[in-house]
Amino acid sequence: MSAVRVLVGTKKGAFILSADGKRESWKVEGPHFAGFEMYHLKGSPLMPNRIYASQTSSWFGQLMQRSDDGGKSWEAIGNEFAYDGDPGTHLFYDGTSKPWAFKRVWHVEPSLDDADTAYAGVEDAALFITKDAGRTWQEMAGLRRNTSTDKWQPGAGGMGLHTILIDPTRHERMYIAISAAGVFRTDDGGKTWAVKAKGLKSQYELPDPNFEVGHCVHRIAMHGARPDVLYMQKHWDVLRSDDAGENWHEVSGNLPTDFGFPIDVHAHEPATVYVVPIKSDSEHFPPEGKLRVYRSKVGGDEWEALTKGLPQSDCYVNVLRDAMAVDTLDSCGIYFGTTGGQVYCSPDGGDNWKPIVRDLPGVLSVEVQTLP
Amino acid sequence: MIRVVLPYHLRNLAKVGPEIEVEIAGPATQRAVIDAIEARWPMLRGTIRDYATGRRRPFLRFYACEEDWSNADPDELLPAAVAEGREPYLVIGAIAGG
Repeated sequence: MSAVRVLVGTKKGAFILSADGKRESWKVEGPHFAGFEMYHLKGSPLMPNRIYASQTSSWFGQLMQRSDDGGKSWEAIGNEFAYDGDPGTHLFYDGTSKPWAFKRVWHVEPSLDDADTAYAGVEDAALFITKDAGRTWQEMAGLRRNTSTDKWQPGAGGMGLHTILIDPTRHERMYIAISAAGVFRTDDGGKTWAVKAKGLKSQYELPDPNFEVGHCVHRIAMHGARPDVLYMQKHWDVLRSDDAGENWHEVSGNLPTDFGFPIDVHAHEPATVYVVPIKSDSEHFPPEGKLRVYRSKVGGDEWEALTKGLPQSDCYVNVLRDAMAVDTLDSCGIYFGTTGGQVYCSPDGGDNWKPIVRDLPGVLSVEVQTLP
Repeated sequence: MIRVVLPYHLRNLAKVGPEIEVEIAGPATQRAVIDAIEARWPMLRGTIRDYATGRRRPFLRFYACEEDWSNADPDELLPAAVAEGREPYLVIGAIAGG
Protein backbone atom coordinates (compact mmCIF):
# COMPACT_ATOMS: atom_id res chain seq x y z
CA MET A 1 0.00 0.00 0.00
CA SER A 2 1.25 3.48 -0.77
CA ALA A 3 2.33 5.79 1.99
CA VAL A 4 3.19 9.42 2.48
CA ARG A 5 6.01 11.08 4.35
CA VAL A 6 5.59 14.75 5.17
CA LEU A 7 8.79 16.70 5.81
CA VAL A 8 8.11 19.68 8.02
CA GLY A 9 10.64 22.43 8.69
CA THR A 10 9.89 24.64 11.69
CA LYS A 11 11.47 27.48 13.57
CA LYS A 12 12.81 25.06 16.17
CA GLY A 13 13.46 21.77 14.42
CA ALA A 14 12.28 19.35 11.76
CA PHE A 15 9.48 16.84 12.00
CA ILE A 16 8.62 13.85 9.86
CA LEU A 17 4.94 12.88 9.68
CA SER A 18 4.11 9.48 8.19
CA ALA A 19 0.90 7.72 7.25
CA ASP A 20 -0.36 5.04 4.95
CA GLY A 21 -2.36 5.91 1.87
CA LYS A 22 -5.53 6.53 3.84
CA ARG A 23 -3.84 9.45 5.59
CA GLU A 24 -5.94 9.02 8.70
CA SER A 25 -3.49 7.79 11.31
CA TRP A 26 -0.18 9.62 11.59
CA LYS A 27 3.17 8.91 13.17
CA VAL A 28 5.03 12.03 14.27
CA GLU A 29 8.83 11.91 14.58
CA GLY A 30 10.96 14.78 15.82
CA PRO A 31 12.16 17.26 16.54
CA HIS A 32 15.23 16.56 14.46
CA PHE A 33 17.87 19.28 14.93
CA ALA A 34 15.93 20.66 17.87
CA GLY A 35 16.53 24.34 18.42
CA PHE A 36 17.47 25.13 14.81
CA GLU A 37 15.46 26.88 12.14
CA MET A 38 14.82 24.23 9.52
CA TYR A 39 14.10 26.29 6.46
CA HIS A 40 13.46 23.41 4.09
CA LEU A 41 13.73 19.65 3.69
CA LYS A 42 13.21 17.82 0.43
CA GLY A 43 13.71 14.26 -0.78
CA SER A 44 15.25 13.15 -4.03
CA PRO A 45 12.66 11.92 -6.55
CA LEU A 46 15.24 9.36 -7.70
CA MET A 47 16.23 8.10 -4.25
CA PRO A 48 13.34 8.96 -1.91
CA ASN A 49 15.21 8.02 1.24
CA ARG A 50 17.79 10.68 0.41
CA ILE A 51 16.64 13.90 2.03
CA TYR A 52 18.49 17.21 1.96
CA ALA A 53 17.84 19.67 4.78
CA SER A 54 18.74 23.29 5.41
CA GLN A 55 19.52 23.96 9.07
CA THR A 56 20.16 27.53 10.20
CA SER A 57 20.71 29.46 13.38
CA SER A 58 21.59 32.98 14.36
CA TRP A 59 24.33 31.54 16.58
CA PHE A 60 25.96 29.09 14.20
CA GLY A 61 24.98 30.18 10.70
CA GLN A 62 24.17 27.74 7.96
CA LEU A 63 24.44 23.99 8.27
CA MET A 64 23.34 21.40 5.76
CA GLN A 65 22.24 17.86 6.50
CA ARG A 66 21.58 14.80 4.40
CA SER A 67 19.82 11.58 5.26
CA ASP A 68 20.06 8.47 3.13
CA ASP A 69 17.60 6.44 5.17
CA GLY A 70 14.46 8.50 5.06
CA GLY A 71 15.31 10.69 8.01
CA LYS A 72 16.31 8.04 10.55
CA SER A 73 19.91 9.25 10.60
CA TRP A 74 21.61 12.38 9.30
CA GLU A 75 25.05 13.46 8.19
CA ALA A 76 26.33 17.02 8.25
CA ILE A 77 27.38 17.90 4.71
CA GLY A 78 29.08 20.88 3.13
CA ASN A 79 27.94 24.26 4.39
CA GLU A 80 30.21 26.63 2.50
CA PHE A 81 28.33 28.80 0.00
CA ALA A 82 30.91 31.10 -1.55
CA TYR A 83 29.79 33.46 -4.27
CA ASP A 84 31.65 33.18 -7.54
CA GLY A 85 33.79 36.32 -7.53
CA ASP A 86 32.77 39.66 -6.11
CA PRO A 87 28.96 39.63 -6.09
CA GLY A 88 28.74 43.42 -5.93
CA THR A 89 25.82 45.26 -4.39
CA HIS A 90 22.04 45.14 -4.33
CA LEU A 91 19.39 47.64 -3.40
CA PHE A 92 18.67 47.75 0.32
CA TYR A 93 15.43 48.56 2.19
CA ASP A 94 16.41 52.21 2.55
CA GLY A 95 17.27 52.73 -1.10
CA THR A 96 21.03 52.51 -0.63
CA SER A 97 23.30 49.87 -2.10
CA LYS A 98 24.50 47.06 0.12
CA PRO A 99 27.17 44.41 -0.53
CA TRP A 100 25.94 40.89 -1.16
CA ALA A 101 26.45 38.58 1.84
CA PHE A 102 25.47 34.95 2.28
CA LYS A 103 22.98 34.39 5.09
CA ARG A 104 21.11 31.10 4.70
CA VAL A 105 19.68 28.46 2.40
CA TRP A 106 15.96 28.92 1.84
CA HIS A 107 15.19 26.04 -0.49
CA VAL A 108 16.80 22.81 -1.70
CA GLU A 109 15.64 21.24 -4.94
CA PRO A 110 17.01 17.78 -5.70
CA SER A 111 17.76 17.06 -9.35
CA LEU A 112 15.44 15.02 -11.53
CA ASP A 113 18.45 13.34 -13.18
CA ASP A 114 20.97 12.47 -10.50
CA ALA A 115 20.48 11.84 -6.79
CA ASP A 116 23.90 13.35 -6.03
CA THR A 117 22.88 16.64 -7.64
CA ALA A 118 20.75 19.25 -5.95
CA TYR A 119 20.17 22.98 -6.20
CA ALA A 120 20.07 25.42 -3.33
CA GLY A 121 18.40 28.81 -3.35
CA VAL A 122 20.07 31.15 -0.88
CA GLU A 123 19.88 34.56 0.75
CA ASP A 124 21.38 36.94 -0.40
CA ALA A 125 19.84 35.65 -3.57
CA ALA A 126 21.86 33.21 -5.63
CA LEU A 127 21.58 29.68 -6.93
CA PHE A 128 24.04 26.98 -5.94
CA ILE A 129 24.49 23.41 -7.11
CA THR A 130 26.06 20.32 -5.61
CA LYS A 131 27.07 17.37 -7.74
CA ASP A 132 28.53 15.32 -4.91
CA ALA A 133 25.52 14.81 -2.67
CA GLY A 134 26.13 17.99 -0.74
CA ARG A 135 29.81 17.69 0.03
CA THR A 136 30.54 20.88 -1.91
CA TRP A 137 28.39 23.64 -3.39
CA GLN A 138 29.20 25.91 -6.33
CA GLU A 139 27.36 29.02 -7.36
CA MET A 140 25.58 29.00 -10.73
CA ALA A 141 26.72 32.54 -11.27
CA GLY A 142 25.05 33.03 -14.63
CA LEU A 143 21.90 34.02 -12.79
CA ARG A 144 23.56 37.06 -11.23
CA ARG A 145 25.74 37.87 -14.22
CA ASN A 146 22.96 37.82 -16.82
CA THR A 147 20.60 40.06 -14.91
CA SER A 148 20.58 43.54 -13.42
CA THR A 149 21.16 42.59 -9.81
CA ASP A 150 21.71 46.14 -8.59
CA LYS A 151 17.91 46.52 -8.58
CA TRP A 152 17.23 43.37 -6.57
CA GLN A 153 16.14 44.17 -3.04
CA PRO A 154 15.09 42.25 0.08
CA GLY A 155 11.50 41.52 0.94
CA ALA A 156 10.55 41.55 4.61
CA GLY A 157 12.02 38.09 5.07
CA GLY A 158 15.28 38.92 3.34
CA MET A 159 16.50 38.70 -0.24
CA GLY A 160 15.98 35.00 -0.72
CA LEU A 161 15.90 32.75 -3.75
CA HIS A 162 12.98 30.64 -2.59
CA THR A 163 11.54 28.80 -5.59
CA ILE A 164 13.27 26.40 -7.96
CA LEU A 165 11.15 24.63 -10.58
CA ILE A 166 12.56 22.14 -13.06
CA ASP A 167 10.56 21.44 -16.22
CA PRO A 168 10.04 17.65 -16.01
CA THR A 169 9.82 17.37 -19.79
CA ARG A 170 12.93 19.42 -20.50
CA HIS A 171 15.32 19.41 -17.58
CA GLU A 172 17.59 22.13 -18.91
CA ARG A 173 14.68 24.55 -18.49
CA MET A 174 14.37 25.82 -14.94
CA TYR A 175 12.61 28.67 -13.22
CA ILE A 176 13.66 30.43 -10.06
CA ALA A 177 11.94 33.16 -8.08
CA ILE A 178 13.41 35.76 -5.75
CA SER A 179 11.89 38.19 -3.27
CA ALA A 180 12.18 40.86 -4.39
CA ALA A 181 13.59 40.52 -7.87
CA GLY A 182 11.16 38.41 -9.87
CA VAL A 183 11.04 35.24 -11.94
CA PHE A 184 13.94 34.09 -14.08
CA ARG A 185 14.16 31.24 -16.60
CA THR A 186 17.07 29.30 -18.01
CA ASP A 187 16.82 27.09 -21.08
CA ASP A 188 20.38 25.83 -20.96
CA GLY A 189 20.66 24.21 -17.56
CA GLY A 190 21.56 27.36 -15.70
CA LYS A 191 24.29 28.89 -17.83
CA THR A 192 22.17 31.86 -18.91
CA TRP A 193 19.01 33.33 -17.46
CA ALA A 194 16.39 35.84 -18.51
CA VAL A 195 13.90 37.72 -16.38
CA LYS A 196 10.26 36.86 -17.12
CA ALA A 197 8.22 39.79 -15.86
CA LYS A 198 5.93 40.87 -18.70
CA GLY A 199 2.52 41.45 -17.21
CA LEU A 200 3.62 41.81 -13.59
CA LYS A 201 2.47 45.04 -11.96
CA SER A 202 3.56 46.17 -8.50
CA GLN A 203 2.02 49.59 -8.06
CA TYR A 204 2.42 49.64 -4.28
CA GLU A 205 6.01 48.46 -4.23
CA LEU A 206 7.90 49.89 -7.21
CA PRO A 207 8.24 53.45 -8.52
CA ASP A 208 7.23 52.17 -11.96
CA PRO A 209 4.75 49.31 -11.47
CA ASN A 210 5.87 47.75 -14.76
CA PHE A 211 9.57 47.58 -13.90
CA GLU A 212 11.20 44.46 -15.26
CA VAL A 213 13.08 43.75 -12.02
CA GLY A 214 12.10 44.17 -8.39
CA HIS A 215 8.76 42.37 -8.17
CA CYS A 216 8.20 40.51 -4.93
CA VAL A 217 7.26 37.11 -6.31
CA HIS A 218 6.24 34.94 -3.38
CA ARG A 219 5.92 31.60 -5.13
CA ILE A 220 5.46 29.98 -8.51
CA ALA A 221 4.10 26.52 -9.29
CA MET A 222 3.62 24.27 -12.29
CA HIS A 223 2.07 20.93 -13.19
CA GLY A 224 4.36 18.50 -14.94
CA ALA A 225 1.77 17.64 -17.60
CA ARG A 226 1.56 21.27 -18.70
CA PRO A 227 4.96 22.71 -17.84
CA ASP A 228 4.46 25.87 -19.88
CA VAL A 229 1.57 26.88 -17.62
CA LEU A 230 2.87 28.63 -14.51
CA TYR A 231 0.98 29.98 -11.54
CA MET A 232 2.26 32.77 -9.34
CA GLN A 233 1.38 34.18 -5.96
CA LYS A 234 2.94 37.62 -5.95
CA HIS A 235 3.13 40.03 -3.01
CA TRP A 236 -0.22 41.22 -4.29
CA ASP A 237 -1.92 39.42 -7.20
CA VAL A 238 -2.31 35.82 -8.28
CA LEU A 239 -1.18 35.35 -11.87
CA ARG A 240 -0.87 32.74 -14.59
CA SER A 241 1.40 32.40 -17.58
CA ASP A 242 0.42 30.11 -20.45
CA ASP A 243 3.68 30.49 -22.32
CA ALA A 244 6.49 29.54 -19.95
CA GLY A 245 6.64 32.91 -18.27
CA GLU A 246 6.77 35.08 -21.39
CA ASN A 247 3.51 36.78 -20.46
CA TRP A 248 1.65 36.90 -17.17
CA HIS A 249 -1.97 37.85 -16.55
CA GLU A 250 -3.83 38.25 -13.34
CA VAL A 251 -6.24 35.49 -12.25
CA SER A 252 -7.10 36.78 -8.77
CA GLY A 253 -10.79 36.87 -9.76
CA ASN A 254 -13.11 36.57 -6.77
CA LEU A 255 -10.46 35.91 -4.09
CA PRO A 256 -11.20 37.87 -0.89
CA THR A 257 -7.66 39.25 -1.08
CA ASP A 258 -4.93 38.48 -3.56
CA PHE A 259 -2.10 38.80 -1.06
CA GLY A 260 -0.60 35.51 0.10
CA PHE A 261 2.44 33.31 0.04
CA PRO A 262 2.01 29.71 -1.18
CA ILE A 263 0.47 28.45 -4.40
CA ASP A 264 0.31 24.86 -5.58
CA VAL A 265 -1.27 22.65 -8.21
CA HIS A 266 -3.31 19.44 -7.86
CA ALA A 267 -1.24 16.37 -8.72
CA HIS A 268 -3.65 15.08 -11.37
CA GLU A 269 -5.59 18.14 -12.50
CA PRO A 270 -3.25 20.70 -14.10
CA ALA A 271 -5.84 23.47 -13.95
CA THR A 272 -6.71 22.99 -10.28
CA VAL A 273 -4.80 25.50 -8.18
CA TYR A 274 -4.68 26.28 -4.45
CA VAL A 275 -3.85 29.49 -2.59
CA VAL A 276 -4.29 30.72 0.97
CA PRO A 277 -5.36 34.38 0.91
CA ILE A 278 -3.82 36.55 3.59
CA LYS A 279 -5.34 39.88 4.50
CA SER A 280 -2.52 42.23 3.53
CA ASP A 281 1.19 42.94 3.46
CA SER A 282 1.10 44.07 7.09
CA GLU A 283 -1.72 41.91 8.44
CA HIS A 284 -0.29 38.49 7.80
CA PHE A 285 -3.35 36.48 8.80
CA PRO A 286 -6.48 35.22 7.07
CA PRO A 287 -9.28 37.71 6.41
CA GLU A 288 -11.97 37.72 9.13
CA GLY A 289 -9.96 35.25 11.21
CA LYS A 290 -11.17 32.41 8.96
CA LEU A 291 -8.53 30.03 7.65
CA ARG A 292 -9.63 29.29 4.10
CA VAL A 293 -7.83 27.57 1.29
CA TYR A 294 -9.12 28.73 -2.08
CA ARG A 295 -9.29 26.36 -5.02
CA SER A 296 -9.79 27.13 -8.66
CA LYS A 297 -10.52 24.24 -10.99
CA VAL A 298 -10.12 26.38 -14.10
CA GLY A 299 -6.66 27.82 -13.68
CA GLY A 300 -7.70 30.84 -11.64
CA ASP A 301 -10.20 33.70 -11.80
CA GLU A 302 -13.01 31.54 -10.37
CA TRP A 303 -12.22 30.48 -6.82
CA GLU A 304 -14.09 28.53 -4.15
CA ALA A 305 -13.40 28.64 -0.43
CA LEU A 306 -12.44 25.34 1.19
CA THR A 307 -13.27 25.49 4.88
CA LYS A 308 -14.43 22.09 6.11
CA GLY A 309 -12.23 21.17 9.06
CA LEU A 310 -10.34 24.47 9.11
CA PRO A 311 -10.85 27.04 11.90
CA GLN A 312 -13.49 29.58 10.89
CA SER A 313 -13.14 32.00 13.76
CA ASP A 314 -10.34 33.70 15.67
CA CYS A 315 -7.59 32.29 13.48
CA TYR A 316 -4.65 34.62 12.94
CA VAL A 317 -1.88 32.43 11.62
CA ASN A 318 0.05 32.78 8.38
CA VAL A 319 1.03 30.17 5.81
CA LEU A 320 4.52 30.74 4.44
CA ARG A 321 5.55 30.33 0.83
CA ASP A 322 7.23 26.94 1.13
CA ALA A 323 4.64 25.51 3.50
CA MET A 324 2.20 23.93 1.04
CA ALA A 325 2.60 20.69 -0.88
CA VAL A 326 0.61 17.96 -2.61
CA ASP A 327 1.01 14.20 -2.73
CA THR A 328 0.47 12.08 -5.83
CA LEU A 329 -1.93 9.46 -4.49
CA ASP A 330 -5.03 8.77 -6.60
CA SER A 331 -7.05 11.01 -4.32
CA CYS A 332 -4.62 13.91 -4.25
CA GLY A 333 -3.65 15.05 -0.75
CA ILE A 334 -3.08 18.74 -0.05
CA TYR A 335 -0.95 19.80 2.92
CA PHE A 336 -0.01 23.08 4.52
CA GLY A 337 1.61 24.27 7.71
CA THR A 338 0.99 27.45 9.65
CA THR A 339 3.03 29.86 11.69
CA GLY A 340 0.94 28.67 14.62
CA GLY A 341 2.40 25.18 14.35
CA GLN A 342 -0.50 23.32 12.76
CA VAL A 343 -0.02 21.03 9.78
CA TYR A 344 -3.26 20.30 7.95
CA CYS A 345 -3.98 17.54 5.47
CA SER A 346 -6.83 17.16 3.05
CA PRO A 347 -6.80 13.65 1.57
CA ASP A 348 -9.47 14.54 -0.99
CA GLY A 349 -8.13 17.49 -2.92
CA GLY A 350 -9.20 20.12 -0.43
CA ASP A 351 -12.80 19.17 0.34
CA ASN A 352 -12.11 18.04 3.91
CA TRP A 353 -9.26 19.01 6.22
CA LYS A 354 -7.84 17.67 9.46
CA PRO A 355 -4.84 18.74 11.46
CA ILE A 356 -2.07 16.15 11.54
CA VAL A 357 -0.43 18.06 14.39
CA ARG A 358 -1.56 21.24 16.13
CA ASP A 359 1.28 22.46 18.31
CA LEU A 360 4.59 22.40 16.50
CA PRO A 361 6.85 25.45 16.42
CA GLY A 362 5.98 27.86 13.61
CA VAL A 363 6.07 25.98 10.31
CA LEU A 364 8.52 27.23 7.69
CA SER A 365 8.17 24.52 5.05
CA VAL A 366 6.17 21.45 4.12
CA GLU A 367 7.11 18.86 1.52
CA VAL A 368 5.42 15.54 0.82
CA GLN A 369 6.87 12.34 -0.49
CA THR A 370 4.54 9.71 -1.93
CA LEU A 371 6.12 6.34 -1.26
CA PRO A 372 5.35 2.95 -2.78
CA MET B 1 46.80 20.49 25.24
CA ILE B 2 44.07 23.11 25.39
CA ARG B 3 40.66 22.42 26.82
CA VAL B 4 37.66 23.89 25.02
CA VAL B 5 34.02 24.06 26.04
CA LEU B 6 31.63 24.26 23.12
CA PRO B 7 27.98 25.29 23.23
CA TYR B 8 25.39 22.51 23.43
CA HIS B 9 24.42 22.48 19.75
CA LEU B 10 28.00 22.36 18.52
CA ARG B 11 28.72 19.47 20.85
CA ASN B 12 25.83 17.62 19.29
CA LEU B 13 26.96 18.49 15.79
CA ALA B 14 30.49 17.26 16.46
CA LYS B 15 29.23 14.34 18.58
CA VAL B 16 31.50 15.24 21.50
CA GLY B 17 31.07 15.63 25.22
CA PRO B 18 30.97 18.78 27.33
CA GLU B 19 34.68 19.47 26.87
CA ILE B 20 37.11 18.78 24.05
CA GLU B 21 40.88 18.95 23.88
CA VAL B 22 43.08 20.18 21.05
CA GLU B 23 46.84 20.22 20.57
CA ILE B 24 48.46 23.40 19.31
CA ALA B 25 51.92 23.18 17.74
CA GLY B 26 52.75 26.89 17.87
CA PRO B 27 51.65 29.81 20.04
CA ALA B 28 48.32 29.32 21.83
CA THR B 29 46.17 31.95 20.19
CA GLN B 30 42.43 32.02 19.55
CA ARG B 31 43.07 31.58 15.84
CA ALA B 32 45.25 28.53 16.47
CA VAL B 33 42.68 26.98 18.81
CA ILE B 34 39.81 27.39 16.37
CA ASP B 35 41.95 26.24 13.45
CA ALA B 36 42.69 23.09 15.45
CA ILE B 37 39.02 22.57 16.31
CA GLU B 38 37.98 22.90 12.67
CA ALA B 39 40.73 20.56 11.52
CA ARG B 40 39.71 17.88 14.01
CA TRP B 41 35.95 18.38 13.60
CA PRO B 42 35.39 19.68 10.06
CA MET B 43 31.63 19.74 10.50
CA LEU B 44 32.19 22.78 12.75
CA ARG B 45 33.69 24.83 9.93
CA GLY B 46 31.62 27.93 9.38
CA THR B 47 29.75 27.59 12.67
CA ILE B 48 32.21 29.52 14.87
CA ARG B 49 33.79 31.78 12.26
CA ASP B 50 32.06 33.06 9.16
CA TYR B 51 33.34 31.36 6.00
CA ALA B 52 33.48 34.54 3.97
CA THR B 53 35.09 36.88 6.49
CA GLY B 54 36.91 34.48 8.79
CA ARG B 55 35.58 36.50 11.71
CA ARG B 56 33.77 35.31 14.82
CA ARG B 57 30.10 34.80 14.17
CA PRO B 58 28.34 37.76 15.80
CA PHE B 59 26.14 35.67 18.09
CA LEU B 60 29.05 33.74 19.60
CA ARG B 61 31.33 34.92 22.38
CA PHE B 62 34.78 33.73 23.45
CA TYR B 63 35.69 33.70 27.13
CA ALA B 64 38.89 32.72 28.94
CA CYS B 65 39.84 33.00 32.59
CA GLU B 66 36.69 34.99 33.37
CA GLU B 67 37.47 37.58 30.71
CA ASP B 68 35.72 38.33 27.44
CA TRP B 69 38.08 37.62 24.55
CA SER B 70 35.42 38.02 21.85
CA ASN B 71 36.89 41.17 20.37
CA ALA B 72 40.52 40.51 21.13
CA ASP B 73 43.05 40.15 18.34
CA PRO B 74 42.75 36.49 17.23
CA ASP B 75 46.55 36.26 17.17
CA GLU B 76 47.00 37.49 20.76
CA LEU B 77 48.39 34.87 23.11
CA LEU B 78 45.76 33.31 25.35
CA PRO B 79 46.37 33.31 29.15
CA ALA B 80 48.94 30.80 30.34
CA ALA B 81 46.28 28.96 32.34
CA VAL B 82 44.42 28.21 29.09
CA ALA B 83 47.57 27.41 27.13
CA GLU B 84 48.64 24.97 29.85
CA GLY B 85 45.23 23.33 30.12
CA ARG B 86 44.46 24.48 33.64
CA GLU B 87 41.49 26.57 32.51
CA PRO B 88 39.17 25.94 29.55
CA TYR B 89 38.62 28.24 26.59
CA LEU B 90 34.88 28.86 26.33
CA VAL B 91 32.82 29.26 23.14
CA ILE B 92 29.45 30.60 24.25
CA GLY B 93 26.19 31.39 22.47
CA ALA B 94 25.34 35.06 23.00
CA ILE B 95 22.31 35.80 25.15
CA ALA B 96 20.67 37.39 22.13
CA GLY B 97 20.97 34.26 20.00
CA GLY B 98 18.68 31.30 19.60
